Amino acid sequence: MNVVVFALLAAIAVGSALGLVLKRNAIHGALFLVVNLATVAALYLTLHAEFLAAAQVIVYAGAIMVLFVFAIMVLIPGKEETGPDPRRPYRLLALPVGAGLLVELAIIVARRGGDSAAPAAIPGGVEAIGRLLFTDYLFPFELTSVLLLAAMVGVLVLARRRAD
Amino acid sequence: MVPESWYLALAAVLFSIGVVGVIARRNPLVIFMSIELMLNAVNLTFVAFGHRLGSPDGQALVFFVMAVAAAEVAVGLAIIVAIFRLRRRLSVDDLAAMRW
Repeated sequence: MNVVVFALLAAIAVGSALGLVLKRNAIHGALFLVVNLATVAALYLTLHAEFLAAAQVIVYAGAIMVLFVFAIMVLIPGKEETGPDPRRPYRLLALPVGAGLLVELAIIVARRGGDSAAPAAIPGGVEAIGRLLFTDYLFPFELTSVLLLAAMVGVLVLARRRAD
Repeated sequence: MVPESWYLALAAVLFSIGVVGVIARRNPLVIFMSIELMLNAVNLTFVAFGHRLGSPDGQALVFFVMAVAAAEVAVGLAIIVAIFRLRRRLSVDDLAAMRW
């Protein structure tokens, strides 16, 4: 049963990722990415990471993708990639690069991904993560708030219209 | 129970697809979305390893990756919008001003 669920989710994830890369229209790519992010959230659920599954849907599929779709709508691209590509030979190099990388990663996973012992259960779930964030990871956690503030100010500066 | 190495393999596949997208596409928005795909693949690896080791640290790290990704997307999209305002075109081939 678990294997069937995983296989289904993995197929959807890979298919939607391919759709993102192969579809010429950026808005189709964005919708494929939403599907992909939701599938990854479901995969988190199968790994008993309920908090992250919720955060994934809220932060990624909610906030970040809305931002993406909004930007796509505002900028109306879509014609940029339909014309003839002057650098087509170079861009086709992406396929061997990606394939080579995949082979390397596959070798690493095949070598190192031994599943000998049964995995230990994570105690506490959300409570454990919250405790960890506010004890061991307190400094990075607070730094994150500074980072988000800096990003917000930076975006406001970048998006402001010059008054000249 | 599905072994964690399957999750790692799936994450490797997703990451590689993201790399191909970053190299092969011309639209900066699609390149950005491919980067999100790669970040997500790494997040999946973190969660799988955390599950394997029985530790919540992996999930805590994913939390930080999500926060950084949100900041990165906000700033990146603002830069793209600013470039679009300046040039009225949206292709990474046009952005060669800092080329060596």
